[in-house]
Amino acid sequence: MNRLNKLFETRKNLLSIYFTAGFPNLNDTLVILQALQDSGVDFMEIGMPFSDPLADGPVIQASSTAALNNGMSLNLLFEQLQTVRQTISMPLVLMGYLNPVLKFGVEKFIQKCSEIGVDGVILPDLPFELFNREYRSMFESKGISNIFLITPQTPECRLRMLDEASTGFLYMVSSAAVTGAKSGISQSQIDYFERVNALNLNSPRMVGFGISDNESFKQVCKYANGAIIGSAFIRMIEKSSDIPGDTARFINAIRGGK
Amino acid sequence: MHQPNEEGFYGRFGGAFIPEMLIPNIEELESKYLNIISSESFQKEYHRLLNDYAGRPSPLFKAERLSSKYGANIWLKREDLNHTGSHKLNNTIGQILLAKEMGRQRIIAETGAGQHGVATATVCALMGLQCVVYMGETDMERQAPNVARMRMLGAEVRPALSGNRTLKDATNEALRDWIANPTDTFYLIGSVVGPHPYPDMVARLQSVISSEIKQQLKEKIGTELPDYVVACVGGGSNAAGSFYHFLDNPSVKLIGTEAAGLGVDSGETAASIACGDLGIIHGSMTYLMQSEDGQITEPYSISAGLDYPGIGPLHAWLKDCGRADYLPVTDDQALDAVMELTRLEGIIPALESAHALAALVMLPLKSSDNVVVTVSGRGDKDMKTYMERFSL
Ligand SMILES: Cc1ncc(COP(=O)(O)O)c(C=O)c1O
Repeated sequence: MNRLNKLFETRKNLLSIYFTAGFPNLNDTLVILQALQDSGVDFMEIGMPFSDPLADGPVIQASSTAALNNGMSLNLLFEQLQTVRQTISMPLVLMGYLNPVLKFGVEKFIQKCSEIGVDGVILPDLPFELFNREYRSMFESKGISNIFLITPQTPECRLRMLDEASTGFLYMVSSAAVTGAKSGISQSQIDYFERVNALNLNSPRMVGFGISDNESFKQVCKYANGAIIGSAFIRMIEKSSDIPGDTARFINAIRGGK
Repeated sequence: MHQPNEEGFYGRFGGAFIPEMLIPNIEELESKYLNIISSESFQKEYHRLLNDYAGRPSPLFKAERLSSKYGANIWLKREDLNHTGSHKLNNTIGQILLAKEMGRQRIIAETGAGQHGVATATVCALMGLQCVVYMGETDMERQAPNVARMRMLGAEVRPALSGNRTLKDATNEALRDWIANPTDTFYLIGSVVGPHPYPDMVARLQSVISSEIKQQLKEKIGTELPDYVVACVGGGSNAAGSFYHFLDNPSVKLIGTEAAGLGVDSGETAASIACGDLGIIHGSMTYLMQSEDGQITEPYSISAGLDYPGIGPLHAWLKDCGRADYLPVTDDQALDAVMELTRLEGIIPALESAHALAALVMLPLKSSDNVVVTVSGRGDKDMKTYMERFSL
């Protein structure tokens, strides 16, 4: 049982925030994590920036480019996170693309995650079959969840296969889009959420991509364990000169506080 | 032995490293492409269009003055004479028939030099399908005539604004478009790159080049096997097509040339085999240029069509198992080859193709050797660069 599993057992209407490590400034990582924890976010996804993030829209692309220009790397990120568990108790998930992780070494990467206290990893371009064959036992022996994505186009048999293999949560991509697409929740998305609900899957589900405000957050919480917000948060901190204060106000607004 | 396995791997290269959003599309394509391509009706229509529309077979021309200069028999496979001016049309004709068969109404493509974009816009006009082409903003400037051609043909050209604004970035944008439009759109990839089954599919559709070379050599010199086949490699589609039917003829030496830009040690290069190592680009495991941290490096070449930091997985495999050799060619060497072919044979080649011709000085040729060089395209699109570099 890692922190993610405990969280899903005990709480509903979860809010997770994605941000890109190294953005807006190289050393903001711990500041942002602290601000998110203090604002009552349930867990955090730390983006490992990549030069060619092909599932991401313009906002996360630009933050990744800026982070890399600032000098962010996987080595540096792990250095920054070395002591994170002295102050941060929320579950932590690392999200990024496979190539930098391969270059770092998958085994070494998992080892580092385990030392630091990372609970889950999202690598959208890691093929399920390859994970299953080569990496699954490595993840499981360290108690680190590999998070799978599902989309409106994922057929039922594949949904069930991913559900079966999932140890953390299923990342439910809200619509056919890259991150940051502005949408509002449409009827066809609700149909998709209901269709997935009716499958009685074992794994908890978080909805991500295109969630940006209180209304979309509340709406998707009816059909899933919670939601993930990325681009909207990044747009906000890009302009922030008071990360703790602005984060608190942002999260409060999403949660529907005054 | 040079075919991909079921998961699309040539040895350790290839595969489909794609996010979940693309999996249904890729699986559908994977489950259908071989059946469709090998069907009689597809083959009939594909070859009708290759012959009557593209103008195939493309000539195999004995370049006499080039031959005497290099002391060997130099044959030019004239892909530059295809309709639209390059080998790219072979592939787009095949894929557009596939897209139609699969019921897709909207076609997207990436392009570097603009030749693949033009070839895609052309077949979309022919078939009456909607066409969106992604092109790096840098490339839109240096290949402006091709942008105008695409627009004339009714395509929408969307600038890619990330990275160096070249082919890699255009490919990212096309993949994002496909993620956002999963049901009505067909992604018509222009080279032997991307997730499986694209590398294999595009290689098959370009393999008409080597099947013609065999037949033409047989008629002209009585044997279908040359000593060398030489082609330039961006993603590697004209090279894959030129090599394809020779892969199992080990006496035929296969030479790919990649763009070294200002030189392999200059940091301004696109030589993925000389300067790259193993990694993932656009859904495929292959050789690519990357940093210590696994960030993909921005490439550089004077030639927009070769300005790509990776290489198709088939070529990575052929390099690894020793079946083909890959030579780096600099901007200046390519420009020399442009002028040489122009003045000796009256053929103005594309900058990309000039990288293949530049290999002639590097090969240890004997007078009995038969050397086939694929001239992948014509130089019209590069006149702006030629005017500047040759002070015309
Ligand atoms: C004339 C010509 N040759 C070669 C290429 C490189 O592509 P490939 O390596 O796939 O043949 C291009 C690409 O734009 C081209 O226009």
